[in-house]
Amino acid sequence: MIVLKWLFLTISPCDAAEPWQLGFQDAATPIMQGIIDLHHDIFFFLILILVFVLWILVRALWHFHYKENAIPQRIVHGTTIEILWTIFPSLILMFIAIPSFALLYSMDEVVVDPAITIKAIGHQWYWTYEYSDYNSSDEQSLTFDSYMIPEEDLELGQLRLLEVDNRVVVPAKTHLRIIVTSADVLHSWAVPSLGVKCDAVPGRLNQISILVQREGVYYGQCSEICGTNHAFMPIVVEAVSRKDYGSWVSNQLIPQTGEA
Amino acid sequence: MAEAVSAKTPSLSEQYHLENEVKQVKEDPSDKNTSEETPDEITLKTAPADFRFPTTNQTRHCFTRYIEYHRCVAAKGDDAPECDKFAKFYRSLCPSEWVDRWNEQRENGTFPGPL
Repeated sequence: MIVLKWLFLTISPCDAAEPWQLGFQDAATPIMQGIIDLHHDIFFFLILILVFVLWILVRALWHFHYKENAIPQRIVHGTTIEILWTIFPSLILMFIAIPSFALLYSMDEVVVDPAITIKAIGHQWYWTYEYSDYNSSDEQSLTFDSYMIPEEDLELGQLRLLEVDNRVVVPAKTHLRIIVTSADVLHSWAVPSLGVKCDAVPGRLNQISILVQREGVYYGQCSEICGTNHAFMPIVVEAVSRKDYGSWVSNQLIPQTGEA
Repeated sequence: MAEAVSAKTPSLSEQYHLENEVKQVKEDPSDKNTSEETPDEITLKTAPADFRFPTTNQTRHCFTRYIEYHRCVAAKGDDAPECDKFAKFYRSLCPSEWVDRWNEQRENGTFPGPL
C-alpha cells in the first residue's frame, strides 16, 4: 500500500541527473521551458522525416533487391521531383527556424532591472560565490567557497558527485544576474534545470539572466575541461522564498557585524 | 560565532545602507519578537543593466563603473554621496580580487585606466 502510494502519488521534479535518463530535466526557468518546447517542435518534424526516409529506404531495398530485379534503371533527370525535394526541405527548415529564432532572440533580451547580482568564480577545482550587493566598503561581505562533498562523506539520500557543502541560495521568482568568471583556467557554470551554461573565462565577466520559477534544489556540473578534478566541482542552486533568502543573507552577514 | 552586538556597533541596516530595516536574527533575550519571526523583506537592489554594454561580456561594464567611481571621488571628494552609487555598482559587478588588484595598482601608480 505504501509502495503503491510511493509509486503513484509522489511528485518530485527531476532537477538532477538520473541514472539512464533519456529526456531533459524538468524546467525551472522560462528559458529552459522554451528550450524544451523548441525540442518538441523540432522532434515532430524529425519523426516525420525519419519515418519517410526509412520507408523509402526499406521499400527500395525490398523491391529492388538484385535477385528480384536484376536490371537497374538508368534515370538521370527528373525535374519535377528535384524541385519538390528542394522546396519541401526548405519549408520544413522554415517551420523549424521560426520557433528557433524566437527562442534565440528572447534568450538574448536584457533584463533591465535584475534584483540581485551573484558572481560565480571558477577555481581549480571549486566555485566561489560572491553576493556583493550588501557591501558598504571594498571588503568582501558575502563570499563563500563551494566544494563537492566527497563520496565517503555523503549521507543517505545525497547525490554522488553532485552535492556541495555550500549551496548558492537564491530567491525564487526574482530576476537574477549571474556573472561568471574564472580565477585560473576555463570552466563552465552549467545547471540543466535552469537552462544555463556559461563559460567561465579568466579576465572576462560573462553575464546571464535567470528567473527561477519554483523553489527547489537544482544540480549541475562544471562543463569545460579544467584539469584533473573537472568532474568533481559541481554546482547546486537552492531557490527559496524571498523571506527565507532575506533571513539567509542576514544570517550570513551578522558575523561580520559582530566583528566590526 | 556571533556575539551580542554592543550599543556602538551599527545595526545591520546601517552597516550595509539597506533601504528597509532588517530585524536581527540572533539570540537576544530582550527582543520582543520570538525567534520564529523572519526579518522584513530587504529591498533587493543591484547594479542595473547598462545599455552601453548590452552584450554578454560585462568586463568593460565593471571596469567603467570602477573608473566612474574614482573619477567622481577625484572630482567631488572622498565622502560625496553621489559617488556612493557608483561604488555599489562596481562592487556588485566586479570580483573582489579584481577590485583589490586595481586598488593596489592605484596605490602604486600603475593602474592602466583613465582615472
